[in-house]
Parts: sequence; C-alpha cells; structure tokens
Amino acid sequence: MKAAYALLAALVFVLPVAVHGQGRGAPQGDGTPGPPTPKSTAPIDLTGYWVAVVTEDWRYRMVTPTKGDYQGVPMNAAARKVADAWNPEADQAAGQRCKSYGAPASLRVPGRIHITWQDDKTLRLDMDTGTQTRVLKFEASVGKSDPSWQGDSTARWEAQPARGAAPGAAGGWLKVTTTNMKAGYLRKNGVPYSEAAGLTEYFDLGTLPNSDQVLVVTAIVDDSRYLTQPFVVSSQFKKQVDGSGWDPTPCSSIW
Amino acid sequence: MHTLKRLSTWLALVLLTVATVTSASAQSDLSGSWVSIQHEDALERGAGPYQVDYTGLPLNEDGRAKALSYSASQYSMLERQCAFWPPHYIVMGPWGLRIWPELDPVTGRTIAWTIGPFEDRGTTQIWLDGRPHPSENARHLQGGFTTGKWEGNTLVTTTTHMKAGAIRRNGAPSSDQEVMTMRLIRHGDLLTVLTIVEDPIYLTEPYMLSKTFRLSVDAAPLLPTGPPCTPAFEGTKEDGSVPHILPGKNTAVDELMTLYHIPVEAALGGAATMYPEYRKKLKDAFVRPERCPANCGGGPQQPAAPPAPAPTPPR
Repeated sequence: MKAAYALLAALVFVLPVAVHGQGRGAPQGDGTPGPPTPKSTAPIDLTGYWVAVVTEDWRYRMVTPTKGDYQGVPMNAAARKVADAWNPEADQAAGQRCKSYGAPASLRVPGRIHITWQDDKTLRLDMDTGTQTRVLKFEASVGKSDPSWQGDSTARWEAQPARGAAPGAAGGWLKVTTTNMKAGYLRKNGVPYSEAAGLTEYFDLGTLPNSDQVLVVTAIVDDSRYLTQPFVVSSQFKKQVDGSGWDPTPCSSIW
Repeated sequence: MHTLKRLSTWLALVLLTVATVTSASAQSDLSGSWVSIQHEDALERGAGPYQVDYTGLPLNEDGRAKALSYSASQYSMLERQCAFWPPHYIVMGPWGLRIWPELDPVTGRTIAWTIGPFEDRGTTQIWLDGRPHPSENARHLQGGFTTGKWEGNTLVTTTTHMKAGAIRRNGAPSSDQEVMTMRLIRHGDLLTVLTIVEDPIYLTEPYMLSKTFRLSVDAAPLLPTGPPCTPAFEGTKEDGSVPHILPGKNTAVDELMTLYHIPVEAALGGAATMYPEYRKKLKDAFVRPERCPANCGGGPQQPAAPPAPAPTPPR
C-alpha cells in the first residue's frame, strides 16, 4: 500500500510538467484536439501591445544622432568609411528611407510593437514607427525570397517552465534567427550592417513589482564585413492594456 | 505481490528523479566570470556621462534638484572615498561580474548566489533559502540585502537596505529607500541582467536598465574581490564641508545643448523622456549638429569638429 502511495505522489509531481510541456492544438472538425502547434505550446504569451522604454542609448535613439557619433559600436574601418559617407537626404531621395528600420535596428526605434499570432505557426510583430512588420515563422520557409528590411525569421520556443509554475507565468523564451536582410543601418546615423549579417534574438518576459509586464529582447548582430565582434544590445518594453498610442508613421532617413 | 511492491517503489524513485532533474534544469548555472559588453550606453558605462545628462531618468523635482547640486569632488572626501556604489551599479557601471554559488555543506544545495565586489561596488549576496528581509529599522549596507527565487530559468532578486547613492554616475541620486529588482537571464554564453529600480524619494516611476555580459572562457577569471580601497587625502577642504553646487549655479546645464543640440528640458530628465511620444515632441525643435563634437567612439577618427552654434532651444 505504501508503494502505491509513493507511486501516486511521484505521478503528482511529474504530470504537471509533462502536460504543460505538450500543449494541445486547436480542435479538429470532429471536436478532438488537434496536434500541438507552436501557438498551443507557447510557454509564454508575447501577444499584445508593447511600448519601448528608452532608458539606454538615449542620444542615439530619441534624436537622429550626429554624423560621426559611433560610441559603443564595434565597427571596423570599412564600416567607418561607409558611416562617414552617410547622407540622409540622399537616402531619402533614393527611396532608402527605411535603412535604419531593418530587423537589426527596428526594436531600438522608439515606438510601439504589436505582437499577434498570424496563424498557429507564425507570430507577427508590427511596429508603428516606420510601419514595419516582422514575420516570425516556426517552420522553415520553402524556397528563397528576395532580401528585405526585415529578412526571413525562424522562431522556436526554448526551455520548459519550472515544475509547478502556472502556464505562461514562468519559464521559456522565444529564440529568433534572421537572415536574408537588405543592408541597412544599425544606428540611424549610417553605422552599417551588410546583407550578409545575421541576427539572433531572445524574447524574455517578466513581471515588474507593480504587476506590469515587461518584455526584454536581447539582440546579437553578427556581421564580419563591418563588425569586429558581435554587436549586443538589450531592449525593454512595457505591456500596454490596449492599442491606444498606436501611431503608424512612415520611415524617415532624416528624423 | 512482493514483486509488484518492489516494482512500484522503483518506478516511484525513477519518476521522482525525473521530476527533480526537470526542476533543476529549469534553473541556470550563473557561476563564472562574465565580461561586460559595452555596446549600449558606452559613454555612461565607460568614461562616464556628461555632468547634466539625466535623459531617460524618471526623476522627480527632488531628484533633479539633488542631481544638479552634485559635485564629483564629493568622492574625494575622506569619508566618502570608499563609499561604494549601490548594487544597481552592476548594470550601470563598467565592470564585469564574478558570480559563484554558496552551497549548503550538508545537502549540497545552492543557498545563495554571490556577485563579487569590484573596486567601487560592494558584494551582492542573493539568498535563496527563504530567509526574510530584515526589519526596516535594520542597518543599511553598501551591498544591501538581497533575496532571490527562480522563475523558470530566470533568477529574480529583490534588494533592500541599500545606502543612498547615485543612479547615474553624474550624481543623479538614489535613496536608501530604494528597492531594486533584478532579472538574471542566461542564454548560452550571454547573461542579460534587467534591473528595475523603485525609489519613492527621487523617482516618479520604476526605472529599468538592462545590460548583457558574456561568459569568459579563454581569459583569466575575474577576481572574486576587487582591490582594497584605502582612503587618502585628495586635496579637499578639511573643514568638513561637502563639495556641492548651489541651486541655479550649475554651469553644465547647457552642455548637451551646446554639444548635441539636446534641449535642456530633455537633459533634465523626467519620466516623459523615456517614451516614444517624447521623440515626436523633439522632432520640430531638434537641429542635428553637422559632426560629432566629442566622445564619438568608432576607433581612430578625424579631429572633432568645434561645437556648432546651438539653435534656439525649447527650455
């Protein structure tokens, strides 16, 4: 009898982990649960409106930084040459006004982001400043697309929640890798990244002491053409109760 | 029956082992030498910020007034030379981190994580054994008192009982009533530390700051303690007066305006300067200087251009 109790106790410990880790898909036509999907197995809920909290690199983000101001960026001589030739008016005239809104820089732009599920296997991340959209696919795309400002992003959930944690309350993060981007600017004043650059991001959630939710995105840009080492920054966002404040504006090279 | 009993017992042991491993794997090993990555806020975390640059700080009027009265010569006073920075200097300062676990000698469990001190920052010991924070009347220490808990693989800490200090290295103040929350998030060889500072004396809302460190595997480990601090006479007055700047006499108020055309109102900070709407407010007032005037980074560079004349600023 004692052995049976021990078995029962063990099952009580183990089952919550196993069940939470599996998740269930949307009901199928016959009402039975479908197979697990990235949406149904999400360990954290990233959806909603988020506002950037600009407490770092303020002078490079809240105003267009001065030509030649490269503090902190591990750029090589080739990058410096490109950045020293920065001409925002020429970019604007040439239709290149979104060069500082590409994936490696877009989450450093002061603004709001809106994260939704486009379908069960795709997260969509809209940004109001610059009116950009990133598509984070949990399944690799078939075929090759043309390079774009936001590139091709592959997403995956990593880690499992701690034992006993409420679903979505703790544990797990989103890892996103992005390639196939058009060459652009890491900073608005012409600090370049090349079309060969790769971007890795980690999306982590937390709760502030006042119960606000916070999203931290750690971004690593690899670009051997212009950087002497990976460029690493972390940006934070606060959850908004709704879309008020959402204000789509076009890209601008000048402002 | 006997066989079934033994089988059940073994199965229970296996399942409990699996549960324990699953639980442990949700935590991260934070031990090691973590090198500071200075790619963001490089000036603030490196050479130091401009004297009146409170941009992005949610200071209230008292905080702003105290910041403007600050003189860096205060740190030359004998009694303040070894007054280390509060624990938020972990992300605000330039140094890397040496982190190690404190183990219970009997059970082998980690009862605390220690973030070692370095030069002008004290030790932060993060207790995981459930002990409560001291009474509000208890003594405040340079390293404060910190407890922690795991949320998945993120270590979430709470620090109280700190001494008053600065929230930016230009004297923007923090009080001894500050409560600091840290979230230590490890991804492979990267450790991102998000700090949230709440200060009812000097801030109008929580202040968030994050910094990422890289695990050092091929360099000599950081020292678990910093070099000793020995006070010495540094030329300050011996009459006991505290170096300070009187109200309205801070001549650096216009510095960001002169160099970068940042309006004085923005340089003086406030919660509004943290949010995107403030960028829109600056749009029509800001005139970009022709070239970077100082602290430009980027390796070898041309001589800095002389400061351009400032436009008529919104104050």
